[in-house]
Amino acid sequence: MRCQKEKCTAGATVEIRRHHTAFCNEHFLEFFERQVARAIEHERMFTRDDRVLVAVSGGKDSLALWDVLRRLGYQTTGLYINLGIGEYSAESQRKSVAYAEAQQAELVLADIPATYGMGVEAFARATGRVSCSACGLSKRYLFNKVARDGGFTVVATGHNLDDEAAVLLGNLLHWQTEYLARQAPVLDSTHPALVRKVKPFFRIAERETAAYAIIRGIDYILDECPNSVGARSLLYKEALNVLEQAAPGTKQSLYWGFLERGRPLVQGQDNVDLRACLHCGQPTTGEVCAFCRMTERAAERMRLRRAGAAAISPASTS
Amino acid sequence: MKVLIRHQKREVEVQGARRVRELLVELGINPESVLVIRGATLLTHDARVADEDTVELRPVVSGGSSARTGGIA
Repeated sequence: MRCQKEKCTAGATVEIRRHHTAFCNEHFLEFFERQVARAIEHERMFTRDDRVLVAVSGGKDSLALWDVLRRLGYQTTGLYINLGIGEYSAESQRKSVAYAEAQQAELVLADIPATYGMGVEAFARATGRVSCSACGLSKRYLFNKVARDGGFTVVATGHNLDDEAAVLLGNLLHWQTEYLARQAPVLDSTHPALVRKVKPFFRIAERETAAYAIIRGIDYILDECPNSVGARSLLYKEALNVLEQAAPGTKQSLYWGFLERGRPLVQGQDNVDLRACLHCGQPTTGEVCAFCRMTERAAERMRLRRAGAAAISPASTS
Repeated sequence: MKVLIRHQKREVEVQGARRVRELLVELGINPESVLVIRGATLLTHDARVADEDTVELRPVVSGGSSARTGGIA
């Protein structure tokens, strides 16, 4: 198969079936960067005057996002959050730091175990949440907190077309209209303490972000989070990939169609009054935000456990 | 040829030249879920791979968060 770019005679390396095309490395990178630039401009995500905080996990999507935004000339700083998930977190941090050092790019490290005394799995155990829920809550909280504290005007995440289509499928299967109303490539600030969030890869498939990372020689973590095994979102992705294989363009049609025709029907169903959390000042719908409630409960559990152990310990040694 | 299937952490030996598309069908892998790499080069599904090749199947599906939106904490 030849590259479909006019006048190019090189062999194709990346096929994009939903666009009925294929490109060589050079023209794929050109296509990829153009898609990202178009998404940013069309959705008015940010401009070159904005300071963009890029959430990086050491995986292909977030490192590819950081790389392409830097090449497009945006002002970016990476944010890596150590979630405290054993060797997985250690390896993903190494990949993120290695990329930042090689590119001489600024990277902010947020360390959950060092700051809160435990990682997200311990938060989950202490509060009866599943790990992915405690992890998602922690990341959303810290994205906003670090951005706000650091004076960033926007947070960019590496969510791609496959991620968005899978989330949409999950929300549709359960008719989560409140979540549907909030699913968009741009989440505007609706409170002075809430930083705008954007997803510049919403037009780009997961195969393409992986291809970009490989062609650019980005060294990303290949292992998946051990807590993601059996996750529902992966099942939805698998189902969508079966459909995509049989009918290329299905994921794009589902998600872009939702943005154009479905979302206007549910918009406004997520209207909530935000206020500042009494404990930390971050935006929340209640008096105390979910992150503060989770971390305070987890800390209390740990304090009680330690007190219990200390009470038993002298008796057993006497 | 030697086929390294990254996400299944296994390596299989396959005899005979064929197209990438046919190789994936034989291994029961959805072409949408992987990239196929020979050396440092990505291969399209119509590319031919030969007996002496070593091919890597690199998964592209990642994630697993239960987060339904990118909303507030």
